[in-house]
Amino acid sequence: MKPMHDHAERDALPCLCCGSNVARCEGAPMPRLRSILRFVALCAMLFGLGFACARAGAGELPRDSTYHLAVPLVDQDGRAFAFADGRGRARIVSMFYTSCKYVCPLIIDTLLKTERELAPAGRERLDVLLVSLDPDNDTPDALKRIADKRHLDTSRWRLARTDAAHVRRLAAMLGIQYKQLENREFSHSSALVLLDADGRILARSDRLGEADPDFVAAASRALGDQASAKR
Amino acid sequence: MDARTPHRCTPALRVAAIAACAALSCIAHAAAPAYATIPATGFTSVIETEASAKPVQVAAYALRVEPVTNAEFLAFVAAHPEWRRDRVPSVFADARYLAHWRAADALGEQASPAQPVTQVSWFAAQAYCESEHARLPSWIEWERAAAASATVADARGDPAWRRQLLDWYAKPSSAPLAVIGAAPNLYGVRDLHGLVWEWVDDQASMMVTSDSRDQNDPDRLKFCGSAALSLRDRDNYALLMRIALLSSLQAVDTTANLGFRCARASDTLVTP
Repeated sequence: MKPMHDHAERDALPCLCCGSNVARCEGAPMPRLRSILRFVALCAMLFGLGFACARAGAGELPRDSTYHLAVPLVDQDGRAFAFADGRGRARIVSMFYTSCKYVCPLIIDTLLKTERELAPAGRERLDVLLVSLDPDNDTPDALKRIADKRHLDTSRWRLARTDAAHVRRLAAMLGIQYKQLENREFSHSSALVLLDADGRILARSDRLGEADPDFVAAASRALGDQASAKR
Repeated sequence: MDARTPHRCTPALRVAAIAACAALSCIAHAAAPAYATIPATGFTSVIETEASAKPVQVAAYALRVEPVTNAEFLAFVAAHPEWRRDRVPSVFADARYLAHWRAADALGEQASPAQPVTQVSWFAAQAYCESEHARLPSWIEWERAAAASATVADARGDPAWRRQLLDWYAKPSSAPLAVIGAAPNLYGVRDLHGLVWEWVDDQASMMVTSDSRDQNDPDRLKFCGSAALSLRDRDNYALLMRIALLSSLQAVDTTANLGFRCARASDTLVTP
């Protein structure tokens, strides 16, 4: 057996080489080599710039903001957006999947009940984001069907999907545990997570089927604070 | 200046860049890390709770031959300063992240270049692997590679093999970490046992019950002791300890004995 993975290794080499050793390589004595290396450095810089641009807006975030995590999302209407785009408004985030028969409808019930406990003016300033754990099956159409079926206010609610790697990262960030089972079901914990306008976690609740008074109180406070900050 | 206008990343240029680095003896640091191909197989994890559990098909993949070292992680942090310990967002790593380094950009006496990097969070490990065009291995990928001795693909039933693993777990963890480079296993992979614990991609879901009747009972997750008792292979203490440790961690946690290695898809379809 051949232990080395030649192809992948070749692919990875230029980037690593230039990324970490540009400064050292720049002292090259040969002018031709130097111009090549300068160009490679430029390449690396442009690549880095592109990366930085993809994370734009992260500059001013507090260090404990979940919006440091870059998660590309697509919502029920097929619109692409980033997790951190929620910045500026308080938001409840949870994770679910559309083919789930028992717990996920309960998550939506709980969210609706939680909203109902809030003052109408505050509710209008609250966003809700539900991210699917099941990127293989939850297309925008599938998400749209649930949004329609449950008459969700999609001016404030977004049902969204991302890829499997980002599902795992977002779940880790939010403290939601899940595991895909053989029968296309997911076993998962059902936390609702309240984020402030800067993406900091203010409160979480594992209670299902009814509004959690502590969570509602935290949401009211967040929305009240936000209103006073605006004035 | 060169007559050539530098606006394309041509393959020739890439080759030139590699050659240039090699010529300047940058290669020692810049060399791509070695990955070993782990062939596809049917494999039953010790994590399976039922004695009758059927083997899961694990696809072929490539696993890093050695854990990521302090030197490698230092180079990563230099290239991606957002992962320096003084800049990393607190949502990505706890306060002890890389705390054994002398400075945010220097190793110092507590961290030798060839030791595996430890005190890194799951998020930091993921980001490092991404920089290597890789990811963290899943638990079953890790376990499947780590089941191999120097001669056998699945040595888990061998009492001598088990004793060898337990000898390491019995060593006090206060002693300084050894450097990487123990004898390779059947696939040419080193240091899967005997050096550090390693992050896996799905660490958070390892102990989630797979019985859908218990779906969404988060209390069950809090009792890893009772869940561990229901594991299929109780004699495999070494692996059970590892599972218990990994599943008790949050993604921001760091510990003095927890490092990582990366994995990626194998584009050669190898079957045994």
